Amino acid sequence: MKKTRKTTNVLFYGIGGQGVLTAAEVCALAAMIDGYHVKKSEVKGMAQRGGSVESYVRFGERVHSPLPLSNDCDVIVCLHKQEYPRLKDEVKPKGKDLVPYLEKAQKAVGEKKLFLNTYMLGVLSAFLDIREESWLWALDQKFKKEQQQNRKFFLSGREEGQRHDL
Amino acid sequence: MNKPLTQQKVLLSGNEAVAWGARAAGVCFASAYPGTPSTEILETMGAFPELEAQWAVNEKVAYEAAFGACIAGRRALTACKHVGLNVAMDPLMTTAYSGVNAGFVAVVADDPGMHSSQNEQDTRRVAPYAKVPLLEPSSPSEAYAFIGEAFKISEQFDVPVLFRVTTRISHTKESFDAVLKRENLKKSVQKDPKKYVMIPGHARPRHVDLERRLMALQDLSEKTPLNRIELNDRKVGFIVSGVAALYAKEAFPNASFLTLGMPFPFPVKLMKTFAGKVEKLYVIEELEPFIEEKLKQEGIRAVGKKPSWRCGELSPQAVKAIVKGKEREAAAAKARRPLLCPGCPHRPAFRTLKKAGVYVTGDIGCYTLGALEPLAALHTQICMGASIPFFEGMGKMQDGEKAVAVIGDSTFIHTGINGLISAAYNGAKGVIVIMDNAITAMTGGQQNPGTGVTLQGKETRRVSIEKLCGAAGADQVDVLNPYEMDGFQALLKTRLAEDKLSVIIVRAPCKMVDRSRSAVFEIDAQKCKKCRQCLMLDCPAILEGVDGMITINEALCVGCGLCKQVCKFDAISLKKKQDRS
Repeated sequence: MKKTRKTTNVLFYGIGGQGVLTAAEVCALAAMIDGYHVKKSEVKGMAQRGGSVESYVRFGERVHSPLPLSNDCDVIVCLHKQEYPRLKDEVKPKGKDLVPYLEKAQKAVGEKKLFLNTYMLGVLSAFLDIREESWLWALDQKFKKEQQQNRKFFLSGREEGQRHDL
Repeated sequence: MNKPLTQQKVLLSGNEAVAWGARAAGVCFASAYPGTPSTEILETMGAFPELEAQWAVNEKVAYEAAFGACIAGRRALTACKHVGLNVAMDPLMTTAYSGVNAGFVAVVADDPGMHSSQNEQDTRRVAPYAKVPLLEPSSPSEAYAFIGEAFKISEQFDVPVLFRVTTRISHTKESFDAVLKRENLKKSVQKDPKKYVMIPGHARPRHVDLERRLMALQDLSEKTPLNRIELNDRKVGFIVSGVAALYAKEAFPNASFLTLGMPFPFPVKLMKTFAGKVEKLYVIEELEPFIEEKLKQEGIRAVGKKPSWRCGELSPQAVKAIVKGKEREAAAAKARRPLLCPGCPHRPAFRTLKKAGVYVTGDIGCYTLGALEPLAALHTQICMGASIPFFEGMGKMQDGEKAVAVIGDSTFIHTGINGLISAAYNGAKGVIVIMDNAITAMTGGQQNPGTGVTLQGKETRRVSIEKLCGAAGADQVDVLNPYEMDGFQALLKTRLAEDKLSVIIVRAPCKMVDRSRSAVFEIDAQKCKKCRQCLMLDCPAILEGVDGMITINEALCVGCGLCKQVCKFDAISLKKKQDRS
């Protein structure tokens, strides 16, 4: 199955330790199994030492560059409020910025901060043309532990994204 | 009957793709020293039971061990970052003369933009210097496919092959179909001193032969499908290589392209043919004007980039700017500064060194972060292993002032040991501090001979750093825990006052390896005088609010207690278990 659509660009960013790269990986796997050609670019280097982390996921029929053009992202997913201004302009004029969902996500996960990325992936899923079963497959691939919890937070994020277009 | 046995849909990074491609090509031996962005190549290969993969103590040793396997008749690979190849230049230059038995490929990962490196040298320039062919994929799927080609070329032309990737390829993941097969190629060993003993009498004819091999490689470069023309709109054509090829395609999808998957030897005729087919020709490449200079040399009219673009990475946006003839603009908003982790044993060590007020020659590893404010207790970092020779040279030329060298366990074993032997031999005095956190930390936590564990996680012989220092000629070797700051301070003072060459090994495990989180500390707001001594530790867990209140982030604190040690007002104490959220 090959999808014939123009390339979709998603940017994930935050700081080291938040699961930014894992979220991007889940998105890339979901797009792959959904039939797209996928490229995912990331900068880690010293991320483990608390530095900035960012990752672009691009999927479509045929993706050339791992990096998109400037200010050309269909969706941006920021996981850290203080980091938000750094790359907020990467979203394109009619694109979707998920930062309005960040506070809701923080409330929803409470002390279980490790699930913030899964919740935000759920929100993201409401705005991308990737089937739910592909997302769930990708989640299970990436999270071998606490699969039920991850699915739960993903689905509540997805519901939030589908219900409220913030 | 070349039907693939099975295919698998994979999402692999460029580094993983190199490893998978090498396995498919029948590589039997791989050796490397970790270095961002190349590290995951060997980490991936370490998990393959079909082949022998290992961490070497440095890149030269890695290259030579792999070359030994090649002489034995097995396909072999070494991998390193760009600056790692500098360490392995010696064997590279002469194995180009000797040639190979089974195929030999050196994978080199450049770091344009210096995401995690001390310079951004362009390895493509090494290929003509060493007189070896250069392959350059532009994506993980190409890296996977090209590795097999690299081994064929190595064997067919009797030469080591340089295989260049960059950070954006190494750390980009791509979905593609991998063919699950493994070539099985074994050659027998032959005693051939005229090929492998490079005394002048043997090397002279091998040099003549190398020039012949290069001519043959030139012919290959003209006809290999690795170098390919795609004709679309003929008004604009691009000669491209590496990831820059894809940036150009992204920015100008309708243009014509000559993509050089094998940039050296240069396919001159092909470049001329392509230039004749398009109205306006641009050359897009990251870092050095490697292809551009060749085009100029051959009298092919092409527009290159302004010199400001030689610094840093390109991007699709950058390609648009280059075509418009623009200069590179200064980089935008700064990303967050990296910090030593909470509980990192380097932190107390640097605090003690700062108090001592000495000049510290540093080295490469996480501890290089000790150079940044507010710790600011490390004053040089140039290349692997330089701390001890710098310390020796400085110490001898400074009247009465003694420098202190700081080096990590893995870097000490990499090239630091040579400096110590030389310093002892030449009668150097002073203090060398080995910060032993029992791991190669900065690259993500790789094993080394000091840990006594292999790439595969198996126990092996462990080198004793203290015995090694004694045998190298250090007058005095002490071992202590850096968290005993008073003890370290006193010992440092004593050793600096002596007329000796001393090594102090400060030993405590890296907090990315030792994940024990025993306790959590808290600050009593009543007792805190906001003297900022704890903030001066630059611990990610200690935060200053907008109201000036200093607090400890419970989720980040690992309970090392360093802040309690430095607090003069007894405001920091263990948080009781029942009070923790």
